[in-house]
Amino acid sequence: MRGSRVRGRLTDLALHLDGVSRAFGGLQAVDGVALAVHPGERRALIGPNGAGKTTLFNLISGALPPSSGRIVLFGRDVTSAPAHQRAALGLARTFQITNLFPDLTVLENCLLAVQAHSPVRFSMFRPVGGYPALLERARTALGRLELGSLGDAVVRNLSHGEQRQLEIALALAGRPRVLLLDEPTAGLSPAESRLMAGLLRRLDPAITVLMIEHDMDIALELSDMVTVLHYGRVIADGPREQVKADPQVREIYLGA
Amino acid sequence: MSAEFWIAQSFNGLSYGALLFLLASGLSLIFGVMRIVNLAHGSYFMLGGYVGLTVALRTESFALACLAGAVAIGLVGMGMERFFLRRLRGETLGQVLMTIGFALIFQDLALLIWGGDPYRVPIPDILSGTTRVGGAVFPVFRIFIVAVAVVVGLALWLAMDRTRVGAMIRAAVDDAEMAQGVGINVPRVSLAVFALGAALAALGGVIGGGFLGVYPGADFEVLPYAFVVVIVGGLGSLPGAVAGSLLVGLLDNFGKALFPELSYFTLFAPMAIILAIRPTGLFGRA
Amino acid sequence: MGRRALLATVVIAALAVTGPWLPAYPLTILTQALIWAILAMSLDVLLGYTGLSSLGHAAYFGVGAYVVAVLATEHQMGLLACLAAGVALATATAAVFGLLAIRATGTYFLMITLALGMVIWGLAYRWVSLTKGDNGIAGIPRPTLLGLELFAPVPFYYFCLACAALAWVVMGLLVISPFGLGLRGIRGSEGRMQALGYNVWLHKYIAFVLSGLFGGFSGTLWAYYNGLVSPNDLQLVTSVEALLMVALGGSGTLIGPALGAGIIVFLKNFVSVYTKRWLLILGGVYIGVILFAPAGIVGTLRRSPSPPEAERAG
Repeated sequence: MRGSRVRGRLTDLALHLDGVSRAFGGLQAVDGVALAVHPGERRALIGPNGAGKTTLFNLISGALPPSSGRIVLFGRDVTSAPAHQRAALGLARTFQITNLFPDLTVLENCLLAVQAHSPVRFSMFRPVGGYPALLERARTALGRLELGSLGDAVVRNLSHGEQRQLEIALALAGRPRVLLLDEPTAGLSPAESRLMAGLLRRLDPAITVLMIEHDMDIALELSDMVTVLHYGRVIADGPREQVKADPQVREIYLGA
Repeated sequence: MSAEFWIAQSFNGLSYGALLFLLASGLSLIFGVMRIVNLAHGSYFMLGGYVGLTVALRTESFALACLAGAVAIGLVGMGMERFFLRRLRGETLGQVLMTIGFALIFQDLALLIWGGDPYRVPIPDILSGTTRVGGAVFPVFRIFIVAVAVVVGLALWLAMDRTRVGAMIRAAVDDAEMAQGVGINVPRVSLAVFALGAALAALGGVIGGGFLGVYPGADFEVLPYAFVVVIVGGLGSLPGAVAGSLLVGLLDNFGKALFPELSYFTLFAPMAIILAIRPTGLFGRA
Repeated sequence: MGRRALLATVVIAALAVTGPWLPAYPLTILTQALIWAILAMSLDVLLGYTGLSSLGHAAYFGVGAYVVAVLATEHQMGLLACLAAGVALATATAAVFGLLAIRATGTYFLMITLALGMVIWGLAYRWVSLTKGDNGIAGIPRPTLLGLELFAPVPFYYFCLACAALAWVVMGLLVISPFGLGLRGIRGSEGRMQALGYNVWLHKYIAFVLSGLFGGFSGTLWAYYNGLVSPNDLQLVTSVEALLMVALGGSGTLIGPALGAGIIVFLKNFVSVYTKRWLLILGGVYIGVILFAPAGIVGTLRRSPSPPEAERAG
């Protein structure tokens, strides 16, 4: 089985996971996962419910420390680095359960994402409005996700679909190099999912994208490489067509 | 510092820790099930002492005073939970702030009913005086306090571990949502735990009233001690409450004896160290 | 935002103009309200904007007050030196306490700040050689500012008004700055802020220290106002009153807590004329606010419902 074997040198990889495991008491949520993701790659992470996909994202993003294993981001070992340091290295993520700032406006949400990597975030004596460059970047980021007209709306008043779009806008606003998308179409209607897929297809090709997705059509449509997780273990890993044809995968997931 | 000093102070610390255990175990249990910190817990302690005082003076029975205090304040606790705290189910901060409001009301009511003078709960003769154990002299009442705490601690542990009710409480502590899903009546468990916690604190108040006295301000004076005990021991943990009570009782006593000017400061240092190493306390869970 | 600034400017101007015409007693109450407004606003930065509920805020108030008390009575130091020292030590206290408290969240934070507040109270009560214990430190003289005597009610009132206005401006700028937006983000979702790249611990810590700074500032003014500083000034009830001022006025609005401070101060002084049951009333008001007006006065006034955007193509 190709794909899990590393092509080229390790330092060329955008993201490299080596024997990453995470246990909760007696439950092994993630078990010895190895992953080699190249820059610019589009990889789908699929598997049945409870397979450990979101846990794996939490390990990669730093929200959760691994029980064992190594996580390497662009050649830097980030296994013990806190989440905000990994974000500073160019890692961004979205959340399966929408995690926005509900009482702030859409524009303010985006501003937070934009100023996160700038020393401006510690500025205390000038209003946010006095930083036109930041405002511009935020508005542009919103525009790219077709949220430009909603700048002044308070997030808790948005529809679910708009909130899912904002989730992605926030992740993109920081100009990430690696993007973790956790079920971007969760809770969306078929029409909304189509729109979301369209937006995702237009993502900057330089960004490395790792996506958890339940909608199999969208997952396979938007990715070149696929990793299949089952009970916390990688059971298949490689180019899309190869994984689609893998009999073990068909039996466990696609065929079921 | 003679050996007598160390023995006497250690025992005083132990007995004070025993009293704190009665207070802190209830606080820890309430947090475990309801995830709120009851700021009226010190008030339960004080009110229990006052009620016990009145009953002891009227009936000349210390046992009755203990019972009355525990039952009366247990009922007060139930009322607070059932009619006020439950209205804010899920809003932990709102519930905590509400307990502050009650603490203030209780403090003023106590002042209104019992006045501003300090009192001592009369204790029966068999528990007064001192006794010789080994080469040292110990106050009988303090031995009594330790005995009560040990009995209560064992009873709580057995109840939690062996009874069905205890299993329900442990389930609710572990995962309230899941427990509700399995059919456990979590609101009723919360009510029961709240009442139990209040009763324990009140019992502590009656007993404490026997050697520390009951006076205005006792509520807010004892509250930080209870807090430090559960912070150090870890919220929601009974072994934590035991460990914390012992530690705090001993440290406070030695602190007061050796550095009287520093008072609460001698609690500050160990709390700081513990929190620096384990933010959720010795036995705590997040 | 411009609307809020305009409103506050109008209020400050109104206070400045009407002050001298008030009889002496209401004027001193108003002065007291201004001092407490600073304390309430400082707590709002922590609670309303960063989302951290502290029950030990009186500690910084007390440290500021005691520093002024000791320096003014024992060492006859001048206004600016006392203010600077008071604020500096309060800030230092917050810096130390913050290291301990900020690691904790939610309930633990509440308990730790309460305990730390009691530590300071305990020091004030027991460290008799420094603080004169229960009796407190009396005889703090009204200061002179640049040769101007602030002894009389009116000049002192203007001094406090200027200080309150200054505090409001600085804290106001803070909460609308990028750093302030960061704090509001932390209140909204710490996890998201971490994921975006913010060192959440650091931001919370800075907010904690700044909050202590302004709390200390308020305390320094209190020492001069009251002429006497005692352990009662930093007991738990004081922290509770500060929290209520924020809740009553509306957390996260800055001007709300200032208003809340005014209401509580006037209520307290008014009620104490007729009855000794202030704590009972305070407790009742507390419970009432939590149950019926959790957003506070300004919060409830501000709430303008927007229609859900469901009709828009999603």
